[in-house]
Amino acid sequence: MNTLALTNNTMTLPTSKDPSAANSKDQAVDIQAIVEELKHATQPVGVPFLDDPKFYTRDVDVFYNQAKQAIFGVDLDIGKNEVIAMIGPSGCGKSTFLRCLNRMNDTIDGCKVTGQLLLDGEDIYAKEQDPVLLRARVGMVFQKPNPFPKSIYDNVAYGPRIHGLTANRSELDDIVEDSLKKAGLFNEVKDRLQAPGTGLSGGQQQRLCIARAIAVSPEVILMDEPTSALDPIATATIEELIDELRQSFTICIVTHSMQQAARISQRTAYFHLGYLVEVNKTNTVFTNPQHRLTENYITGRFG
Amino acid sequence: MMQMSNKTELVRASLAKRYAREKRFRFWGLASIVLSLTFLAILLTTIFMQGWPAFTQTYMKLDVNLSAEALGVDAHAPQDKLRAASYDTVVLNALTTRFPGITERKQKMALKKLVSSSAAYDLQKMVMANPKLIGTQQTVWVMADDDIDTYFKGNIDRTQPEADRRIKDFQLVWLDDLEAKNEIERRFNLPFFTSGDSREPEQAGILSALMGSFYTMLVTMTLAFPIGVAAAIYLEEFAPKNNTLVDFIEVNINNLAAVPSIVFGLLGLAVFIQFFGVPRSTPLVGGLVLTLITLPTIIIASRAALKSVPPSIRQAAYGMGASRVQTVFHHTLPLAMPGILTGTIIGMAHALGETAPLLMIGMVAFIVDIPQGITDPAAILPVQIYLWSDSPERAFTEKTSAAIIVLLFFLVMMNLLAVLLRKRFERRW
Amino acid sequence: MNTSIILLLLLVLAAFSYFFGRKRALAVSNGNRGVNKLHSLPGYYGHLVVVWCLLPSLIALMLWSFFSPTFISQNVISSLPTEIQSTDTTNVNLFMNRVESMAKAGVIDETAEPAQQEAARRYIELQHNSNIIKAVLVFALAGLGIFWAFRKIAPNFRARNQVEKVIVGLMILCASIAIVTTLGIVLSVLFESLRFFQAVPITEFLFGTHWSPQTAIRNDQVGGSGSFGAIPLFAGTLLISVIALAIAVPVGLMSAIYLSEYASKRVRAWVKPALEVLAGIPTVVYGFFAALTVAPFIRTLGESIGLTVASESALAAGLVMGVMIIPFMSSLSDDVINAVPQAMRDGSYGMGATRSETIKQVILPAALPGIVGAFLLAASRAIGETMIVVMAAGLSANLTANPLEAVTTVTVQIVTLLTGDQEFDSPKTLAAFALGLTLFVLTLILNILALRIVRKYREQYE
Repeated sequence: MNTLALTNNTMTLPTSKDPSAANSKDQAVDIQAIVEELKHATQPVGVPFLDDPKFYTRDVDVFYNQAKQAIFGVDLDIGKNEVIAMIGPSGCGKSTFLRCLNRMNDTIDGCKVTGQLLLDGEDIYAKEQDPVLLRARVGMVFQKPNPFPKSIYDNVAYGPRIHGLTANRSELDDIVEDSLKKAGLFNEVKDRLQAPGTGLSGGQQQRLCIARAIAVSPEVILMDEPTSALDPIATATIEELIDELRQSFTICIVTHSMQQAARISQRTAYFHLGYLVEVNKTNTVFTNPQHRLTENYITGRFG
Repeated sequence: MMQMSNKTELVRASLAKRYAREKRFRFWGLASIVLSLTFLAILLTTIFMQGWPAFTQTYMKLDVNLSAEALGVDAHAPQDKLRAASYDTVVLNALTTRFPGITERKQKMALKKLVSSSAAYDLQKMVMANPKLIGTQQTVWVMADDDIDTYFKGNIDRTQPEADRRIKDFQLVWLDDLEAKNEIERRFNLPFFTSGDSREPEQAGILSALMGSFYTMLVTMTLAFPIGVAAAIYLEEFAPKNNTLVDFIEVNINNLAAVPSIVFGLLGLAVFIQFFGVPRSTPLVGGLVLTLITLPTIIIASRAALKSVPPSIRQAAYGMGASRVQTVFHHTLPLAMPGILTGTIIGMAHALGETAPLLMIGMVAFIVDIPQGITDPAAILPVQIYLWSDSPERAFTEKTSAAIIVLLFFLVMMNLLAVLLRKRFERRW
Repeated sequence: MNTSIILLLLLVLAAFSYFFGRKRALAVSNGNRGVNKLHSLPGYYGHLVVVWCLLPSLIALMLWSFFSPTFISQNVISSLPTEIQSTDTTNVNLFMNRVESMAKAGVIDETAEPAQQEAARRYIELQHNSNIIKAVLVFALAGLGIFWAFRKIAPNFRARNQVEKVIVGLMILCASIAIVTTLGIVLSVLFESLRFFQAVPITEFLFGTHWSPQTAIRNDQVGGSGSFGAIPLFAGTLLISVIALAIAVPVGLMSAIYLSEYASKRVRAWVKPALEVLAGIPTVVYGFFAALTVAPFIRTLGESIGLTVASESALAAGLVMGVMIIPFMSSLSDDVINAVPQAMRDGSYGMGATRSETIKQVILPAALPGIVGAFLLAASRAIGETMIVVMAAGLSANLTANPLEAVTTVTVQIVTLLTGDQEFDSPKTLAAFALGLTLFVLTLILNILALRIVRKYREQYE
């Protein structure tokens, strides 16, 4: 299973988790050599595959404008009703991979995705697959809160309206209320549903975006660094919310913060330079990483 | 919560309708663009189709007898006698010899009007350059009258009833005869580029208007460029931020850029002509008005160019101990120059096509002479187009289109220059 | 010596003074062991001398040239025989016009009245004296300036700071031209308008429904007093502008949407410049096209379905004006739409919205203020457009809402009232300024409103 040799290299593994050890000069990482290794690896370290997954992805490559490859042969399964965190240094391809899962990359000119990506066994990139329908099933929350310049109510009602999910106003009212409640925002805004969504605080805006996403009752919610623009208190609220949402949704979250990944996810995937290096139970990744890149990252040697 | 499959079905059911709407919307977008471009294509083709023939002119072969008795002078006469000789008679004689036996008054008139009145001037020039020609028989090609020219360009339908035609049946007989004997020729219309305006369409040229435009642009350029750049430098590099006066200047500039150009014409009339006594109809006053019109454009473009120079360059210069003025003139301005020049050229191109304000300051006069300087009365190219477009003769319509082609040619050249400048020197920071 | 020769000599003098200043600076510093002792580079001392040479002398030259003609003619008038002076001002002006034209030509017409000949001789003599004084004054000032600057040159003299102050001062002067221009527009249009409103009450001008500015030259002519009710002009302007905007706004907006949201890079690279070509065509060309091609076409089309269409119908002018404004509208909307953050689009696509749903329900509402601003600017453009309507719309004021009839506009009337030889003081020409004032005020309001809205809108997303 583990095809990466851990012995021959120019670096020595840190023997202690003491970050100060990581800073000593004699432990330079030869990235070039590791990339060579990753290229030849057939699958990531750890436990990437599951039985009966929600998402099944094999050998996924993503190119921007042909010349630039952003993701190299990613193999990963994402299970039902789990929270999976994707971590890694910036530019490692974790966000790009996330955006493959609901074909958000379609909106970028010159972006090409190859490989196998299945949602409940259906090919996401098949010709007959409809991106509109797909995105109704796989919702998304973005890095910066991006409420539409409409009222709070209209923001949440946007999805059900465009997809024609409700027959009448009271059904829509119910969905809006329900979604806002699920997002833990209802009590704060119930008196001003017609106020503009842009008038809320940053944390409230992000919860509004989550409410907007769950209003179409998707099966999966993709979150692209949802708390990176928020203050610590708002972040904590959102993290609690994610934990509750796990009951009803599969959640894939990209995050910069290892602590956040450790707090909220069941599994963690570590990306590096476009390669998926290691996937495992979150506990295992943070306490007993098997790949030295993962280890270096979580001990703070780079990132 | 809704059932999963139920939701998928609902979404799927709405898809066909939504995609139809999508397609329709997209179609309207495309249709808008196609509509605009079609109009552009129609406009340009119409103008070109109409204007192209004006670059050629019908000439007629004429055997003239430059006899001393017809001219009324001999070869030894002084220059002023030669100038006043009756060349008209010579031309008329040549025509009556070519088509003998015409007695009816109307037909005689028509015969005389077969060639342009410039034929006599051509002979005059010829004889004055070489008086020895007097007493000889010469073959010359002279310009045909505009009606004849129009006929040979295929713009008079001979199947129409005679009364509706500018060319009558007896004239058609002459013209057929001339054509059959190869005494009619279409030549490149050089006089169109070398002469000034005229009441006679076939003699009307654009040189006076071109020179008028040239001098006007010269005045505009020499004033608007330095003033505009200086104003832009001040506002971008020196002006204090959050200063009421500076804000007021900015509001003024932005507003002036959107004030109708005809209002500037009123300003020119009331201030430059009435108050300062600048002579009417001259490139000087035209250039002054156009300066005020182009200034906002140049200032706005120059400011954008200056703004795009990264602050690190300025900081580097300050760090070396350069003063603010030195920093601007040694570093910022040279780096912004391509952008400034591009903006200036585009502003000048707009000024070149500007018409309305110049009508206000008397540049609509009928100007035959070619202006020699910025204080001579002059017409400019767009105004010439306006004047000709008002003339009823078919030949003038043709000339109008031809003048438009010349104007568009200059505009295209200026814009190409701007594009080249941008491509060649543009820097991405 | 005339002004251009004085200017030329001054420039030569300035060039010399630069070298003298520079040399002097070097000479002064040499005694103090070299250039390093100088506060500024030697060139700056040269420039400073140039500034002192040119600035005072040029100001003097300008003032003298501006005021001397008035002084001279005042002087000549006061020396005229009393019987001419005592006649009314128009007579005196007429007299002086002839005198001045003789003086300008430099030749005294022997057939003119002796008094005029006498005055012209006096005029020429005064002018001659004035020119000599002017030359002496200007060169004396230039010399004094050079001398003064020369004396100031010393190693620790801060020449650079002085020169830079002058440069910045000149730049401020250039920047204030914008204010001067606005002021000039307001004053020139306002003063003439006030004179007009003395003859015609402002209420009649703004609310009168009859416009025929032909005033009689003699009192006994028929239709003696013109009437100046501008409502038909406003209505005509409105009608043509509405037609133009009805074409330009949807087409321009949809073009911008298609280009920024749908078109591939390659299509954009070709279509955008093509639309710019449409924007670069002079309005006189549009006018010619409207009058010669579009208007007859509409006329024939209308007649083929049994409608009477005027040969100068408002529809033709409005149509062509609409096409002219399309690129303007589309480039403004393009800017506005591109200013909507990508995050907004992502949010909508992430919900599974189609492109058109995203555009209609998210982008357009978000861009609405900017689009309103663009619309107002386009409207201001349509109202102020002149050549198309001058060439393709009618001349007679006609109060109608039928686009197939001929109407006239404010700008057309300004042009017709002010072209050709006119007496400057007749209510007819003054009416043009009153119309100009209305036009200026209207477009000013639209522009300021639009610029403010657009600015607020941009700040929102920056």
